[in-house]
Amino acid sequence: MQLQLDKKVAMRDAFGETLLQFTKDDPRVYAVDGDLATSTRLDKVAEGNPAKFLQMGIAEQNMLGVASGLATVGLQPWVCTFAAFIVKRSLDQIAVTIAQPKLDVKMIGAYSGLLTGCTGKTHQGLEDIAIMRSLANMVVLAPADAVEVKKVMEFARDYHGPVYIRLARDPLPTLFAEETHTFTPGKGVKLIEGQDVTIISTGTQTGRAVQAANLLRAAGIQAGVLHLPSIKPIDVEAIVEAAERTGAVVATEEHSIYGGLGSAVAEVLVEHKPVPMTRVGVRDLNSESGPNDALLKKYQIAVEDIVRGAKEVLQRKEKENV
Amino acid sequence: MKTVSAQKKINWLQKKSSETRRLILQTVHHAGAGHIGGPLSVTDLLIALYFDVMNIKPDEPLWAERDRFVLSKGHSAIALYTVLALRGYFPVEELKTFDDIDSRLQAHPDMKLLPGLDMSTGSLGQGISAAVGMALGAKLKQQTFSTYCIIGDGESQEGQVWEAADVAAKYELDNLVVIMDYNKLQQFGWKGTEGREREIPIFSPEDRWAAFGWNVLAIDGHDVEQIIEACQQAKRVHGKPTVVIAHTVKGKGVSFMENNYTWHAKVPNAEELKAALEELDMGV
Repeated sequence: MQLQLDKKVAMRDAFGETLLQFTKDDPRVYAVDGDLATSTRLDKVAEGNPAKFLQMGIAEQNMLGVASGLATVGLQPWVCTFAAFIVKRSLDQIAVTIAQPKLDVKMIGAYSGLLTGCTGKTHQGLEDIAIMRSLANMVVLAPADAVEVKKVMEFARDYHGPVYIRLARDPLPTLFAEETHTFTPGKGVKLIEGQDVTIISTGTQTGRAVQAANLLRAAGIQAGVLHLPSIKPIDVEAIVEAAERTGAVVATEEHSIYGGLGSAVAEVLVEHKPVPMTRVGVRDLNSESGPNDALLKKYQIAVEDIVRGAKEVLQRKEKENV
Repeated sequence: MKTVSAQKKINWLQKKSSETRRLILQTVHHAGAGHIGGPLSVTDLLIALYFDVMNIKPDEPLWAERDRFVLSKGHSAIALYTVLALRGYFPVEELKTFDDIDSRLQAHPDMKLLPGLDMSTGSLGQGISAAVGMALGAKLKQQTFSTYCIIGDGESQEGQVWEAADVAAKYELDNLVVIMDYNKLQQFGWKGTEGREREIPIFSPEDRWAAFGWNVLAIDGHDVEQIIEACQQAKRVHGKPTVVIAHTVKGKGVSFMENNYTWHAKVPNAEELKAALEELDMGV
């Protein structure tokens, strides 16, 4: 697969435009802001359909609680703020008043991962998958490009229940064609076929996984790429099939190695098909502010780190096969 | 001058309150677990709401136009369950399952399990935000129902309560009535002990809510007539939400439980239950 590197679109732009359209088409849909609309692109709704925009101010606990109340009267609130805040500042509110009663609230973690525009560790979102995945009834999704953002949002709108969607700030290469790409919860997307090793990725890291597979191919290693936009529910079948076919797995994400995609994949492999596996994500470190490339390199989730992970896991596979 | 029928209604509601208190004590004794002090302080508020103030259909608990109720101080669940049972939402007999495994009557309210519960609560400070969402939703959908929410005074130490107060005032939610069960006691004492008065939180709820732009009423929270009148007054106010500061007594109705923080969540033994029920019998 070749990335359309010349066609970079920011997920947040796709999100803002799609949600604006939803608010126009669907009387239930409301945008709920925690005063970050100009960053998250929720301002598109504020400007394009102000009657459907609710400002809760900088008070995340109340914002999520209000969303639960709105859902009980048949509205569908889309609450959006930075991933770090929506998950960590209002976790108990989400657990008690949204996840447990399975209310129809959509939670959008904008600015997930490391690349949050030089804002540093307080504004980066490296634990959101781990936290949200552990809540009962929660669906956890991480699209890989602007096209998939729209597809995932269409699913969330039509699904009745709590959904967390992980987005990112900066423009990303386009992976999918709007006309042909589909999203199904609990289903992975096989992007590249490969016999030697499978790179399993999610969200923003999938573009980098594709670049890594292309580099590996040039070095004579046939690396497959399996993209999992749906982290919960997860595609057990595709993960097991990949492990059976290639016998080696790299799980990579723009997230902590604790509790995220890597952990989810490891859980599946341990229970169904143990093979040599490694995780490429942010280790047990506090991050910092800095330019994107420097952050990816220092926190070891750059394309080269995925390549290194693939080579390491391949060596282990070969050692086991001797 | 009160009419004979109005006085009759008040007497009847008082009897319901007494019946509720008896059932609370018996249920907690039977379950061997649960809260006592808060449920006894909140009883008259719930009786007034469910038997007079609120527009509800117990045989149609999801009726779209019903008034909403959120018990933000979820640990008083047994009082709410008892009132719901007496109001006909489910059989009174079912109170015996309180706190048991597979019961619909969870220690803290679970809206997925029991008809008549409009929100799951338990972790303090959260229910009021959900109530704000319901009231806001009614405005957005142009529905005419009112939303009632009971909060605790201890609960109001949670910052979220004041986040909610802010937003409710901003959206001019005159269809929202928050009632504070102001019993002036919490799990580990509020009044302080001799020489430790400095530990008392500085708290003047009337001033605080007024500063947040709310319509503030203060009443005796055990006088059903005053409770009903306050809710009627709230309906006449436009452009701002109403808070009713209901001065109550924790453990109300049983002398040895009143104003005694150790009865926050203590189970009465057989002897204590007997003494408590005798006092309630004498009271009415």
